[in-house]
This record gives sequence, structure tokens and C-alpha cells, in this order.
Amino acid sequence: MARVARAATTADAFNAVAEPRRREILDALSGGERAVNELVRDLGLAQPQVSKHLRVLREVGAVEARDEGRQRFYRLNGRALKPIHDWVRPYERAWSERFDRLDTVLEDLKEKEEGDGGRD
Amino acid sequence: MADVTSSATAKVTLPRDDQILITREFDAPRDLVYKAYTTPELVKRWWHANRGEVTIVEIDLRVGGKWRHVMVADDGSEVGFHGEYREIVPNERIVSTEAYEGAPASDYPEQSTLNTATFTEANGRTTLTILVEAPSKEVRDAIIESGMEEGLQDALALLEQVAASLR
Repeated sequence: MARVARAATTADAFNAVAEPRRREILDALSGGERAVNELVRDLGLAQPQVSKHLRVLREVGAVEARDEGRQRFYRLNGRALKPIHDWVRPYERAWSERFDRLDTVLEDLKEKEEGDGGRD
Repeated sequence: MADVTSSATAKVTLPRDDQILITREFDAPRDLVYKAYTTPELVKRWWHANRGEVTIVEIDLRVGGKWRHVMVADDGSEVGFHGEYREIVPNERIVSTEAYEGAPASDYPEQSTLNTATFTEANGRTTLTILVEAPSKEVRDAIIESGMEEGLQDALALLEQVAASLR
């Protein structure tokens, strides 16, 4: 069947985001670029741990780094996370279609209630 | 029939290795969303996701009560899901188990997921979140990948339409 063939290496996006702390880092970066010390503060982890996770994320291309003065800033690289998005998308689409149908049911219920004078 | 202006899509995220979180906003108060979610004849109208016909919807909406949904897909295959209600707060929250009847060893409770549906209303709109908690990452991944197969079926159905139009 149509299964996603996943590389058995640790160096792919699936494995990189399998670690909960790394997902926290990605969540933190989803709001925009952050300096390492900001991530350390937000996640409440020791700097070496954060740096270790950032290195793994960088290896699979999930984040990109840039230096400014003495600080290093990290940002998300959505393209590297696309395989995960692609994996989830058919499931997401099934629920979207289900809920589109539910919209129609809700419109009917609203009309019916208005007709009954039960809701304004 | 009124125009359905909502073009919102369901948002699916994977908060943890063993979880799936589905979120969607509806342009309706939550008592109506709850009603559409828990009334068998209404569930029949939306649960098929345009992939077939819902033939059975059984809902015994009380703690310990059972539910069962069966759909005949467009390709003739039958898919069924069932479970038990664990917690019910009317118009707010439903916690239930869910097992896929086609899954291997689906009689074993450890193959079931625990689903928490939460209905929250703001300004007349309702956000429905469904948190699916699987017993393992493997079960969670199999659920996501079942979507791959549905996606494939979509593609085949489309192909069939295209082929028919060429006749």
C-alpha cells in the first residue's frame, strides 16, 4: 500500500522531531527567529542540552543558524519538515472533508432553529 | 439551503509520539455542534467524509455506553469503528475509546485509542478539538498512515471519473 518509505537513519526529519524537547524547540521557533539564550530561558534547559538538540535539528535541515555579533540565531526551515507535513496531509484532508459536511449539517440546524423561533 | 461560507480546514498536529490533535472551528454555537456530533441521523450525514455511505450509527450517550459507526466506502469495502463512552459533559466534552474493526487484533483493548472531544464557544463560533491518544507510537503512526490509503482511494476515484469522461 501507499506507505511512506522512511530512511532507517537517525538523520531524517522524522527522527529529529521524535524527541519531545526538539519538538518544543521547533514550537518555540514557529513564532520566529530566536537566539540560543532565549531558547535556553524559554525551555528551562541547560545550554549544552539545547545546543545538542539544535545540532541534531540543524543536521537534518529543520533549522538554520546565523551569527550576529556574539549571538547565534536559529530559525525554522519549513522545507525540511515537509515530509512530515506530507505524511499527515491525507489524514488531515479526510477530517477536513468530514468537517465540511458537518458545516452543512450545522447550517441546516441553524435554519431549523430560526424557523422554530428557538434562537435568534 | 444556506450558503456554507466556511472554508476552514481541519488542522492536524502531533503533540506527542502517541497523540494526534485535530482542531477545527465551526460557524455555529456549541450546542448545535454537539448535537450534530452526537445524534445518529446527523452523524450519518457528515461522518463519511465524501468517501462512501454511513450505514450504521449507534450512539448510547452515557458513561459506559457503547458507540459504533459503520461505513460502506465507494469501492464497496466496509469499515467499522466502535468504542465506549468514558466521560460525558453535555455540550462540552466527550471522552471515549475508539477501535478500528479492521485492525489486526482489534478485539484487544490495547489497540484502542482514547479520544477526547472538546467543544468551546466564543462569539457564537465553536472550536472542536479531538485529541486522539494511542497506546503506542506504532498505533498512532498506523492511524495516520490509514489516511495515506484514503488519499490513494481518492486518487483512484478521481481517475475513475476522468476515465469515464473520456468514454
